[in-house]
Amino acid sequence: MKIRVERDGLADAVAWVARSLPSRPPVPVLGGVLLDAGSGAGDTDEPLTISAFDYEVSATVGVPATVADGGRALVSGRLLADITKSLPNHPVEISVDGARMSITCGNARFSLPTMPVEDYPQLPAMPQVVGELAGEVFSEAVGQVAVAAGKDDTLPMLTGVRLELAADKLTLVATDRFRLAMREFAWQPSAEVSETAVLVPARTLADAARTLGASGTKVELSLASGDGLLGLSGAGRRTTSRLLDAEFPKYRQLLPSEHSATAVVEVAPLVEAIKRVSLVAERGTQVRLEFNESTLRLSAGGDDEGSAEEELPVEFTGEPVVIAFNPGYLLDGLGAVRANRAHVSFTTPSRPALIKPADEEGNVVEGYLYLLMPVRLPG
Amino acid sequence: MFDGVARWGFGMGRSGDLPRGVSRFLAGEDGWPDDTGCPVLHVDMDAFYASVELRERPELRNRPVVVAGAGRRGVVLSANYPARRFGVRSAMPAARAMRLCPQAVFLPPHFRAYQEVSRGVMAIFRSITPLVEPLSLDEAFLDVGGALRRLRATPGEIGQQIRRRVAAEHGVTCSVGVASTKFVAKLASGMAKPDGMIVVPHAETLEFLHPLPVSALFGVGRRTAERLAQLGLATVADVAATPLSRLRRAVGGAAAEHLHALARGHDPRPVVPDAAEKSVGAEQTFAVDHHDRDVLRRELLRVAERTGAALRARRLRGRTVSIKVRYADFGTITRSRTLPVATDLTHEIYRTARQLLDEQVPPGAVRLLGVRVEQLTGEGGSGEQLVLDDETAGWREAEAAADHVRSLFGSSAVRPASLLPHADDGDV
Repeated sequence: MKIRVERDGLADAVAWVARSLPSRPPVPVLGGVLLDAGSGAGDTDEPLTISAFDYEVSATVGVPATVADGGRALVSGRLLADITKSLPNHPVEISVDGARMSITCGNARFSLPTMPVEDYPQLPAMPQVVGELAGEVFSEAVGQVAVAAGKDDTLPMLTGVRLELAADKLTLVATDRFRLAMREFAWQPSAEVSETAVLVPARTLADAARTLGASGTKVELSLASGDGLLGLSGAGRRTTSRLLDAEFPKYRQLLPSEHSATAVVEVAPLVEAIKRVSLVAERGTQVRLEFNESTLRLSAGGDDEGSAEEELPVEFTGEPVVIAFNPGYLLDGLGAVRANRAHVSFTTPSRPALIKPADEEGNVVEGYLYLLMPVRLPG
Repeated sequence: MFDGVARWGFGMGRSGDLPRGVSRFLAGEDGWPDDTGCPVLHVDMDAFYASVELRERPELRNRPVVVAGAGRRGVVLSANYPARRFGVRSAMPAARAMRLCPQAVFLPPHFRAYQEVSRGVMAIFRSITPLVEPLSLDEAFLDVGGALRRLRATPGEIGQQIRRRVAAEHGVTCSVGVASTKFVAKLASGMAKPDGMIVVPHAETLEFLHPLPVSALFGVGRRTAERLAQLGLATVADVAATPLSRLRRAVGGAAAEHLHALARGHDPRPVVPDAAEKSVGAEQTFAVDHHDRDVLRRELLRVAERTGAALRARRLRGRTVSIKVRYADFGTITRSRTLPVATDLTHEIYRTARQLLDEQVPPGAVRLLGVRVEQLTGEGGSGEQLVLDDETAGWREAEAAADHVRSLFGSSAVRPASLLPHADDGDV
């Protein structure tokens, strides 16, 4: 193999495919990045295809290059990412001779050991495309929902984002039992879609959506639920993720159908106030919210650890309510509405509160909800 | 649980059986001896478990009643005074109690009820002084020295108030010892039983102690009593009069100093209120070392279950779960993990402990497994993060029901299926 490639294109491509590599791969080849130049097996429109795969997640990207000699080579992904990131801004020449890869850029030259390509697993084929979405819409939606996913991998069903595909809308939902986030939006499936739902590891999905959506292009969603595989592609980048084989909680019945009080709050001042007040909440336990006709009084702490309180104006209707939340979870929700104002509704201090984005008039903007279970106050 | 009278070997009841001269310390209609300088109270419930049972079954009050664990190997946990007249004692095999007193009514224990009464009684103590040192469910030391002025009462008056309130509010009786030291107060409450109070004036401590048999000194069991008897020492006075060097030869250095001090009325131990618990846990040492992961997981579940039950009984929850693994060579590792919210549920504790075992514990022959929950919060501390789905609520109810059954029938009555003998699999 002997190729010539632009430094920036190479560095971005290697950084993107290597980002999901395991830090301690179970076998060395799974920590590798595969460079495929003009062999035809690389499967992108560009002369150079760079890919990574650890049986959970695969990533493939095409890079413009001049190929003198075709071929395939496997090298440590982490090392290659570190090297390409720090190369000077000159064209890069990569060649493989025997078991060594040499990388030359300006006056810098690296020589890396390669790993046997024969030992590398076959990347999964991209599943069938089921629909197309605006990149930024998709990445925002995933970001809004993944925040509520569980991080405790002893409960695998809670570490995923559930994707519900229907003919007219796409629903994303995640919960860690303490809160639940759900985003729905209209979409046009490219083929006839039978209603289906899959569970995607939240970290992988959030990462893929962010990096694909940033490019401002369309994102293609593809699915082979029978094989337990989800594919996402856009801007020459493709990634697949293994689906979680676990039962997501039956969440629809948990969504409150009524409320007895509502508040419309300005998000930014409330976020600032929560951060201040919760400084005295020992181990981030709870912040108390007292809603009255026109004010929201925040308080936290107690006699032992110190206490704090702050009042904010609020538009409130209903019976005054005192309710407490974990401040971290509350901040997650207020950040995830992605709006200047939020509409918050309650029933009782031990039932979930519902946070939704609101417009400037204080009306709910449908499509997103963040359901948050309160903290039951002692005594 | 073991009532003082029986323990000291003074016989069964108070009347007529009190050691010579002790009756003058007993509180009666016309008051009690001088209680100046006697801030230490020892309060001991009378035949506690049996008395709690009799609240529900007053018709049995004058019949012999024995509370005993179920099964062939059950032991007597408590016996009322009519049963004691037949020689029934705490910790005696139930079968023997049945032979001694076939007409007795045998009742199974209800630990929930005892715990509840105990909490109420301890709350009465704490309303009097913060210096309450519970020794078990049914006895505690109180230091009322700092409360006398506030309550405008003497230690003896406080002792009588406690007896009245415990009887009125909880329908059971207790006995109180009032003295200048813990040791004497405890001896006094034992002699005051049942439903009495003894005040040992500070100045008369030695007169009270010296006629008593050596077995009255705490730390003197049958063996020590025999050795002292070989020296011709039968009473506390004999011990007090014996040179320390002679005592040392008989019972060893530390014990000699301890007995000598007690016999002279010295007991410097202060009343220490029970410190808030920092962690709750359980450990299991195996009869044989275990390599097999399935066996270890099963044992881990057993220990997690004990830990969860202990947390729930104390109404505590904790955020950090740690496991301790000791290998055959005594090399020991501990690994811990912090949960998003505090828990007291066995299945959450086990799930976390098992993950630690699976991911962070190298293979090897294991002789001990332990599970501990730290970063505790009690009811008065932080709030409880509620959960959305009802899955946890289901577990909580199941575990509460299991705790209840265990309180009725003992710890082996309800277990996760995988802890049953011959279970094929360690999974739950």
